[in-house]
Amino acid sequence: MATLTATAHKPAPPGILANRAVRKLLVLAVAAAVLAPVAATQWPGAAWPTALTVDLSEPLGRASDWIIDNRDSHPLFLYFFGHVSNVVVLAVRAVYLALLAVGWAGVTAVGALVAWRVAGVRLALGTAVAFLACGLLGMWVPTMQTLALMVVAVLASVVVGALLGLAAGLSDRMDRALRPVLDTMQVLPAFAYLLPVVLVFGIGVPAAVLATVVYAAPPMARLTSLGLRGADKEVLEAVESLGTTARQRLLTARIPLARKELLLGVNQTIMMALSMAVIASVIGAGGLGDRVYQALASVDVGAALAAGIPIVLLAVVLDRVTGAAGERLGGPGEAGKSPLTWLYLLLAAAAVAVAGRLGDFLDWPDGWELNIAEPVNRAVDWMTAHLYSDVPVVGGTADWAAHFTSWVLNPLRDGLQWLPWWSVLLVVAALAWLIGTWRTALTAVLAMAAIGVLGVWDPSLDTLSQVLAAVAVTLVIGFATGIAAARSDRFERLLRPVLDVFQTMPQFVYLIPVVALFGVGRAPAAAAAVVYALPAVVRITAQGLRQVDPAALESARSLGASSGQQLRQVQLPLARRSLLLAVNQGVVLVLAVVIIGGLVGGGALGYQVVFGLAQGDLAAGLVAGAAIVCLGLMLDRVTQPTERRTPKKGA
Amino acid sequence: MRLRTTSAVAGAAALALLTGCGAADMTKQASPFANAQGARTVTLSVQSWVGAQANVAVAQYLLEHELGYRVDTVQVDEVPAWDALSQGRVDAILEDWGHPEQEQRYVEDKKTITAGGDLGVTGHIGWYVPTYFAKQHPDVTDWKNLNKYADLLRTAESGGKGQLMDGSPSYVTNDKALVKNLDLDYQVVFAGSEAAQITQMKQFAKEKKPFLSYWYTPQWLTEKVPMTEVKLPPYKEGCDADPAEVACAYPVTPLQKYLNTGFAENGGSAAEFLRKFKWTTQDQNQVSLLIAEQKLRPEEAAKKWVDGHESVWKGWLS
Repeated sequence: MATLTATAHKPAPPGILANRAVRKLLVLAVAAAVLAPVAATQWPGAAWPTALTVDLSEPLGRASDWIIDNRDSHPLFLYFFGHVSNVVVLAVRAVYLALLAVGWAGVTAVGALVAWRVAGVRLALGTAVAFLACGLLGMWVPTMQTLALMVVAVLASVVVGALLGLAAGLSDRMDRALRPVLDTMQVLPAFAYLLPVVLVFGIGVPAAVLATVVYAAPPMARLTSLGLRGADKEVLEAVESLGTTARQRLLTARIPLARKELLLGVNQTIMMALSMAVIASVIGAGGLGDRVYQALASVDVGAALAAGIPIVLLAVVLDRVTGAAGERLGGPGEAGKSPLTWLYLLLAAAAVAVAGRLGDFLDWPDGWELNIAEPVNRAVDWMTAHLYSDVPVVGGTADWAAHFTSWVLNPLRDGLQWLPWWSVLLVVAALAWLIGTWRTALTAVLAMAAIGVLGVWDPSLDTLSQVLAAVAVTLVIGFATGIAAARSDRFERLLRPVLDVFQTMPQFVYLIPVVALFGVGRAPAAAAAVVYALPAVVRITAQGLRQVDPAALESARSLGASSGQQLRQVQLPLARRSLLLAVNQGVVLVLAVVIIGGLVGGGALGYQVVFGLAQGDLAAGLVAGAAIVCLGLMLDRVTQPTERRTPKKGA
Repeated sequence: MRLRTTSAVAGAAALALLTGCGAADMTKQASPFANAQGARTVTLSVQSWVGAQANVAVAQYLLEHELGYRVDTVQVDEVPAWDALSQGRVDAILEDWGHPEQEQRYVEDKKTITAGGDLGVTGHIGWYVPTYFAKQHPDVTDWKNLNKYADLLRTAESGGKGQLMDGSPSYVTNDKALVKNLDLDYQVVFAGSEAAQITQMKQFAKEKKPFLSYWYTPQWLTEKVPMTEVKLPPYKEGCDADPAEVACAYPVTPLQKYLNTGFAENGGSAAEFLRKFKWTTQDQNQVSLLIAEQKLRPEEAAKKWVDGHESVWKGWLS
């Protein structure tokens, strides 16, 4: 990552920056003046020229057929993939059976006790309530299925991630090789990961677990490497002077010093794994995600909510407990960590489990279920009847969606598709170069060109138009809220828990309410994307504004600047870097959800992936998946500020 | 580096120990959630349309309450469901609308799937307009006149052309090829799911707006929103052989059941029951309406039907 070296730079004074920007633009203009006429005469028309595309559907289709025909006979499958798949199935099954054997009372008790030991009484209560709520909603078995899948996927991700991180942390060459890959994986939408694993493993739990591991391991690797590299030099020197071997130093000093990062990595991995385990229901993961998926397919908002609430509860509990564990480890007090207390804990848990067995508390009792689907659906019906359309003055939600589609999305899409293809590349190059280096610009242009070569130029521009529209809305709302939060402490205090909860929710869950409100189409997909990306944008904006040097503000105030002037002329310019970061995060997060929007009629690339999965036409899906990867790369490079973010939320 | 090598070796050794060193055929690996705690489990594939949900709801109810099985249902789209069925991750598909390519591959060549007989329901796919629209403009029911009405059927999503609404991308459809080969001034718009399509059609019907939609019978919505089929060039055997060149109507399909071969042989009374499962279009529509219109949960709808039709399902159990 070329930009990483730039972290130490102070923002250059505007004069020089302007000069440099002008110079970059001049170079591009010259290049455009030479190349554009050639391109325009050689390949006229706005769309990507067909002469420059490569049709991959034929070979991909053949590959997919070959795999299906040879899956039960070829040695590669029998002796390698077969074993991988087998291990996954056995492991998930073992965990699932263990969870069922402990029973609902046992699982709840164990969860609460662990939470109590690592995070305190309040979180223990929260954990118990969350588990009981899953049962009450009639989702106990799906919750256990998801949990079983999660446990296996998280363990595998942590092991893989830690090994990769260890390699990158100890060897500079590994670090240079791995970092761009990990950075890129961080910005890719989850959907793009599904197809390749389905191609090899078919629909089912093994594919779901592996997709989850691929998605969730990178943050662990990044943070492990970061932790190892960030260790205090003086401590290391001191340890070295004691004559320790490299391995001793690693085990006794570097790893313990990095434990805070390691735990943060575990936390990140868990959150991303949950997000993915739910999305993977599209490829047969089962569990809670499958219930949401089934409910979305029949626009049954009530049932979707009944499965969505356990997902949210699980996410919040897992995030808080692992987060608290990390803080406690990092902090000074390490009480309550003695093996003896853990022994008591184990005994207590075993007692509850045995009691559960004896008292026949294994399956969640039938009578204890709360049917929320019906009342919710009645509320949704009422909403569609009264808020959907023809509401006086404001218009209904469906009207808004229709207006958003025909006044914003359609012109934007048509405009993008009307632009000649080479001018799109030029705009991408200009944006990426102005904000980054020539390397980021080159990557962005190549990614965009790859989309054209793959022959999915038009649908990609359609997706791009949805992303742009959603990002615009996100930034307007996000900046406004962020500024308000930065200026009022009370508002920020009110906002913080809301943002916390929203940032831990898996992407899938956001589709449920928008379908209820806006029906189906591109507008609801964009709406879900806005809601998903907002918390990150608000948070980064508010933080950026608050970190502005108080001395600069003070001097502005003493010069008699009004608070509006302070904001415009001091705070916003000084927080420029944070604002750029917010834009980058916004774009990456919006793209992830716009793609998933293919499930609710978002069309374009997301739809092609869904179509590929639905029709077993993996060629179509894989091409679209590759285009999504390219689009994600391009958008990231075009908006990439010269400072790399720390991972906060699954993108 | 040495640490990594050792751990890699250890990992590989553990893997080998865990699995035995022989071959592992992943097409024979069932779902990890199947047969938990010694319960006998049947896994049924639920497709996303309500008629299929009705089949599965009734089969599930009887399997659970009369035969003592635990039933898992998995939502898989039509084509991947064949793959899942072949691998034994699903035990049965209860309603298939005709997939000749998959049938050839799995039933004839690989013999991993066994035909399970007729469902008893006959399906037909076609293009439909609402009857109120057909009454105003009787000539719309012939495809030759469709271009005349393209302007009336325009929407925000279809751009300058008329809208032909399709439902889920996973359903059997030749509509894109049909529009192209019949030179129609229409754009196929996928609602994304059947439920979305139904919502849309109900909205249109409420405002008495015209629409043209891919639709099929038996379907419970036709009882709520009366619809008239648009005549396409008649279907002849083999006219839909090349998907890109199709220019004829959809066939009339007797819907089929399919079982995983292993399950068909060793599935005991459950396999026997699913083979005999056969009911009429009315029966299916009755359960579908309970689920989709009265918003009953599938098991409640199934219970209602089962309570009133003992004579029908007794035959499936014997």
